[in-house]
Amino acid sequence: MNPPAIPPARAKGASVIVVGGGVTGLSAAWWLARAGADVLVIEKGIVGWEASGRNGGGATHHQSPLFAEEQRLWPQMDELLGYPTEYQPKRVRVALDERQMEELQVGVNNTRGQGFAVEWLDARQVRELVPLAGDNAVGGAYFACGGHANPQRTVQAYAWALQDLGGRILQHTEVLGFTRLADKVTAVQTTAGAFACDQLVVVAGPQTGILSALLGTEVPVTPARAEMIVTEPLPLMPIGGVDGNYLYGRQTLRGNLAYGGGPHEWLPVGRGSEATRPSSPMARNIAKRLAELFPKARHVRVIRSWAGIIENTPDGRPVIDRLPSAGNAVVATMSSVGFGLSPASGRAISQIVLDGRCGFADLSSFRLSRFGNLAPNWREVLGWVPPETETDHAGAA
Amino acid sequence: MARAPDVRSTAGKRLPVREHVALLIIGAGPAGLGAALEAARQGVHTVLIDEHPVEQGLIGLDIPFHFGGRMAGRSASAMERLVEADPRLAEAFEAGVDVRLGVAAWGLFSPRDGQRWVRERVAGLSDGQDAWFMSFDAAIIATGRRDFGLSFPGWDLPGVMGVTAADAALRRYDAFSGRDLVILGSGIEATGFAQATLAAGCRVAALIEAADAPLDAEGCAALGARGIPVLTGAMVARAEGGVDGVARVRCVKLSGEAAPAEFACDTVVLAAGAVPVVELLDVAGAAIVFDAARGGHVPLIDAHGRTSVPMLFAAGDCAGITPEKTMDPEAAAAEGARAAIAAASANPEAWPSLAEPTTVGADPGMLENRLRWAAAAMAVAEADTPVCQCEEVSLADLLGVRPPRYLNRDQPTMRARNVTTLGGDGALNQDQIKRLTRAGMGACQGRRCREQIGALLAGATGTALAAIPLPSYRAPVRPLPLSVFAAADEDPALSENWFGWFGIDGQWTPFWELAESKDAEGMP
Ligand SMILES: Cc1cc2nc3c(=O)[nH]c(=O)nc-3n(C[C@H](O)[C@H](O)[C@H](O)COP(=O)(O)OP(=O)(O)OC[C@H]3O[C@@H](n4cnc5c(N)ncnc54)[C@H](O)[C@@H]3O)c2cc1C
Repeated sequence: MNPPAIPPARAKGASVIVVGGGVTGLSAAWWLARAGADVLVIEKGIVGWEASGRNGGGATHHQSPLFAEEQRLWPQMDELLGYPTEYQPKRVRVALDERQMEELQVGVNNTRGQGFAVEWLDARQVRELVPLAGDNAVGGAYFACGGHANPQRTVQAYAWALQDLGGRILQHTEVLGFTRLADKVTAVQTTAGAFACDQLVVVAGPQTGILSALLGTEVPVTPARAEMIVTEPLPLMPIGGVDGNYLYGRQTLRGNLAYGGGPHEWLPVGRGSEATRPSSPMARNIAKRLAELFPKARHVRVIRSWAGIIENTPDGRPVIDRLPSAGNAVVATMSSVGFGLSPASGRAISQIVLDGRCGFADLSSFRLSRFGNLAPNWREVLGWVPPETETDHAGAA
Repeated sequence: MARAPDVRSTAGKRLPVREHVALLIIGAGPAGLGAALEAARQGVHTVLIDEHPVEQGLIGLDIPFHFGGRMAGRSASAMERLVEADPRLAEAFEAGVDVRLGVAAWGLFSPRDGQRWVRERVAGLSDGQDAWFMSFDAAIIATGRRDFGLSFPGWDLPGVMGVTAADAALRRYDAFSGRDLVILGSGIEATGFAQATLAAGCRVAALIEAADAPLDAEGCAALGARGIPVLTGAMVARAEGGVDGVARVRCVKLSGEAAPAEFACDTVVLAAGAVPVVELLDVAGAAIVFDAARGGHVPLIDAHGRTSVPMLFAAGDCAGITPEKTMDPEAAAAEGARAAIAAASANPEAWPSLAEPTTVGADPGMLENRLRWAAAAMAVAEADTPVCQCEEVSLADLLGVRPPRYLNRDQPTMRARNVTTLGGDGALNQDQIKRLTRAGMGACQGRRCREQIGALLAGATGTALAAIPLPSYRAPVRPLPLSVFAAADEDPALSENWFGWFGIDGQWTPFWELAESKDAEGMP
């Protein structure tokens, strides 16, 4: 690779400033630092404190152009980063009825379509592979690819590895705006003052929309809250990445079952505060389905739940692109599948920043231009709005 | 034009609520009972729940208190015992209060952003066999206190327990199985329990206090007069024992000068500090502040016990532990009664907004006490002494922010990281350290170690205790089996529309089938 044409560090600022210390921003920053760039990550809270540290840890995104690279990189990440991510390979999907069985087909086709091995499982094979499964399992699929890792551990690993390469992270600092000269961003305004930059990467999860709007092009993204439950530890199953019955999740290496699924709640746009990520009574409905998925774990205790805020684009697909209105700014938002793809998404972002294009995958489906005709009220049109309350009606009347 | 709300979202989903009550009181200690009796006088329809008697399985997990294997569990007669132990329970029952023992509240929810699908104020309840929701007009949280855990080599043996657990076992359950005691601490909890246990025929070998002078001088003098030594400037260096748990403890002077003392005992009672039980308040979203004069993290409240969440009150120890309340149950009962009076006429629409206190109460004694015990724990810790028993996290693991043993934690990069480097990266956060080390992540839900870990982190890094944010609580705040917790009664709209993820059309279509020209199609 050519040495990056980026000037050396300055007193207050960096060649590349990354806004957002989630898993995507940190991976991008780490890849940039590996390529020799001088990087500063600015994060309003703690690294990985939003969705990136609160997700299901799944890494099986067979629909994505980044899938092949995701699969290639994950097994190497602990070594590359120098810190454990708790990555575990493979995925088993269990079906409890014929409809669930049919719905596995998409994933099977997608993975086989990219040359990965998948095997269909009958009920007996499911019970052999998944000791917690019961007589209600009708079949499933075994993916020799995919896997899962520990979210907060992974985020922290990126952050530490970035620092080990000389990159800097400024936590508890919120980005408020940008300084522009013609179509270039020259500085980032924060609660800790201004930081000059040559290139900017905005990877602020659900806040990517608001921040990109300040740069003249609003990336359509809207927040939703989703939650998960976790049980006390159980003996390890041979493969921890088991899901099904409309739940996603994993058995951690410690043995806990950590699962989520079901209705998400759309949030008012523009807020990302603590108050918007409560876990709700939905934990009981998740528990019901987990007890069905793993009848042999019915006695296990639920010890905690949590929730996180997820970024969503109108078609549920990522955006990784240069902003048409700011020539030196790249935006990235992963639309709810960002954890697993992070080794690859970060690499793609770093290449777009340094080389102008991603050299290992065709990211045309991530372009911003696909939303060119988007209706301004797209959230209402899609029905992606917070549940109405009696107070809303009173207010409207 | 707007379509209907996303069917895969929570919009339009209903929470099945089994019962409704005007006033729900959680916790039947002095404050809860004081509230219940007052509410009955006011003629308010009141349900009073208490999780005691707790089932054996939870007692084994040290829930809700650190029982340390020294209490016989929920027996056929436990319910009667509890009722006998506190005549006000019968009084409340006779006054018309719906008293339910053996029922725990595991969650508390009200409509707010992120869970606007919850349309009422509800509590999640469970009797161990079943879980359900009860809605209420107002609730008084009177969940009391538990103990500040304290680690030393051998503190994971059966027989090491908290004084709140020991006191409940002795006075409420009449099922305390300790005979020969060593008590850590010399405050009023320690001396009070020592007297109670002596009256019950137990032997107290010694009180061990890390401070250089006894905290409750009078109480310690009275014990001294009965020949019970109070070792000051000291700490248990190790508890040893066999199959039945603790058999003896070895103590050291923290200054290191005098010869170590050894005491034979079957029980070590930790009375090093008391902690307000704020878990439900935190789950409900009530503002919590660190107030040393009230015992640490406590809800922001006004004089009536109103919290920042409309129609939610706090009373008794969970609203703040003070010497006054510790000495005299009537003080907590009066607080409960005050909250009940306020609750009877409360209006959610006219709920006061509580101003953040500019200064929280200063109690250097409380802060010093916690940090002193934490320093003592650090002084005696051995390489494998767990600070978190559930997850077997040692002090070295905690301070080294080391991942668990089953991961590779010996990469040189990993070894270079610790709480000091982490603190240098940004303010210390116990939840972050929990996620990295697993300290406090176990089945006891951090009850034995949470505040100790906070104090250890503060002590090791020179951070003020108040500067470390409250590690978050999450429902269910009592561990519940999947089969019990599982929602048996589910809104059909929820069942019909349940989906694994967002259910966005075409989200899983492989990228190679997306022709670029087609991209914008179907977009609103
Ligand atoms: C319950 C749940 C389960 C999930 N399961 C999976 C799964 O199994 N697999 C998977 O791949 N994905 C999963 N996801 C989705 C995944 O977590 C996200 O797609 C991913 O974490 C997005 O990462 P990000 O870095 O792009 O965004 P975020 O994690 O949202 O990070 C953005 C960061 O930007 C910061 N920020 C925002 N505004 C500003 C500002 N103005 N100034 C400074 N900083 C700012 C935020 O504080 C935040 O830390 C799940 C999510 C949740 C909540």
